[in-house]
Amino acid sequence: MNRLSADNVTLGYDQRVIAEQLSVEIPDHSFTVIVGPNACGKSTLLRALSRMLKPSEGRVLLDGQTIHSMPAKKVAKTLGLLPQSSVAPDGITVADLVGRGRYPHQGLLRQWSPEDERVVQESMASTGVAELADRYVDELSGGQRQRVWIAMALAQQTPLLLLDEPTTFLDIQHQIDVLDLCADLHEEQGRTLVAVLHDLNHAARYATHLIAMRDGKVIAEGPPSEIVTADLVERVFGMRCQIIDDPETGTPLVVPAARKGRVRDAVGGLGR
Amino acid sequence: MKAPESAPKPKAPSQRAQGTPIRALRTAGGLSVRFELRPLVTVVALLVVALAASVVLIGTGDFQIPASDVISTLLGNGSVAHEFIVNDLRLPRVVVGLLVGAALGLSGALFQSVTRNPLGSPDIIGFGQGSTVGALVVIVLFKGSAEAVAYGSLAGGLVTGVLIYLLAWKRGVHGYRLVLVGIGAAAVLTAVNGYLLTKAQIVDAARAVVWITGSLNGRGWEQVGPLFWFCVILIPLVFAYARPLRMLEMGDDVAYALGVRVERTRLVLMTAAVLLTAAATAAAGPVAFVSLTAPQLARRLTRSPGPNLLASMVMGATLLIAADLGAQRVFGADQLPVGVVTGVLGGGYLLWLLAAERKAGRI
Repeated sequence: MNRLSADNVTLGYDQRVIAEQLSVEIPDHSFTVIVGPNACGKSTLLRALSRMLKPSEGRVLLDGQTIHSMPAKKVAKTLGLLPQSSVAPDGITVADLVGRGRYPHQGLLRQWSPEDERVVQESMASTGVAELADRYVDELSGGQRQRVWIAMALAQQTPLLLLDEPTTFLDIQHQIDVLDLCADLHEEQGRTLVAVLHDLNHAARYATHLIAMRDGKVIAEGPPSEIVTADLVERVFGMRCQIIDDPETGTPLVVPAARKGRVRDAVGGLGR
Repeated sequence: MKAPESAPKPKAPSQRAQGTPIRALRTAGGLSVRFELRPLVTVVALLVVALAASVVLIGTGDFQIPASDVISTLLGNGSVAHEFIVNDLRLPRVVVGLLVGAALGLSGALFQSVTRNPLGSPDIIGFGQGSTVGALVVIVLFKGSAEAVAYGSLAGGLVTGVLIYLLAWKRGVHGYRLVLVGIGAAAVLTAVNGYLLTKAQIVDAARAVVWITGSLNGRGWEQVGPLFWFCVILIPLVFAYARPLRMLEMGDDVAYALGVRVERTRLVLMTAAVLLTAAATAAAGPVAFVSLTAPQLARRLTRSPGPNLLASMVMGATLLIAADLGAQRVFGADQLPVGVVTGVLGGGYLLWLLAAERKAGRI
């Protein structure tokens, strides 16, 4: 059985229902990416998986237990989350911020152990921010800052890590940089990663397991090379396209169909 | 583009020499307590200033007593006359001042941290005004005793706290909502206070205005008692929640992910802050600007992120005692309410620090 799953959950805010009777399994040791159009419920699903949103029906299971009845710190040692809305306190250094990821492992009288120190150094090293340790977080570029937040989540030392749109607001080179970092964390450290991504091509390139959602329902799930088809993209995003092999990686690459009159003559017609 | 190779792991903690390195006291048993040097030095220095000012303040008045005599009297070796003046007349006033300053500084730091906004101070978001309504009702409508005024003020502060919390509630309390609701409440309550003052007879109005400014005049051991117990119970509670509060500063979601019980932490800390403010205000009136400036001053001196609870608390006490000393030295005993000086002193010092920081390019 997989460690993290949602079992028949109904999700929403106040009276507004966003997803009904949704069931999702996160395969262990996968890099799972959730995609779908805006307001399809992908971020809501991630919030439910991370215990932040309580389903009105059904339950989210972590290691066979209902996640919402588990002690907060116990969950925080197993499952980490990098939310979209994070605030770096004024005048905080990189090392200090990354150190805060150790919170679930600490206590009133166990505030900063040699183990904490070691894990923080390792987390900064594996995200490439070790040399920024003494810099103030407000001075960093957007890409560097996102690496620092990922380092903080790593310092939490959770086998499962959830990322809510980790590439939003970043330049294209930093987006790829962060995704490469995630892939490394998945491959080298064997962590299970779950990310919500906007860009379908990024998802298809990096995910080992893809979950495509629309209107609060899972339309398809599986390895991108098996499930990403022109038909699926049309059903999920309502957009016609061609699927070609990514010349760099061989993974599916989605090429949106052009408007009539903008199609290159030589190609002739729209590929389906 | 590939993520940079994993850098060789730095071996020694001395790798991060600058900034504010994380230090910890560790025992063989695996216990560890974290501290930073600069904040620690700041707190000790402020304590020294506060105690020195207290001694000078006790010696100040119509009957001057040299500092050495004050100290020996406090230690129990003074003359009978000195003992009466020091222990019965002036010490309680100083103790009230220290406790009020500490309570206001701490609750200011709590509110500013929870709302993530320096304007989230209790004196801006309506708590001072609420306490004032309670006090003015007792003074103007019932012509109550000083003790009754204190209870009225306490009740006014607590009711205002509950109302503002409920009005600001929307799936949890969020910083800017609390500040906006609080500023709205402050405006309404100020209007109520204005109305009460216009209804008052001239004697009551004069009494009310002195109370509104905040004053330590005539404070004795009977004011120390309740305030002391509030502080003894609430301050340790607040410090027990200091670590989760630190996590909350990174946003609710991050704190959740780290295993902080967000709403509970916030409720406990805001309740404690409201109680501290209400108790302090009941003892000395709504002393201006201590809640607002003490945490800001403390943060600039410690240069440390985070709520700076201890430094803010000690800064509040120092600020209030220094202001009272200034008021008595410059204008003579009991002439000028301390609230006027905290406004000038605290506000002026903050402006000066801000100007200095701008020159140093730290803003």
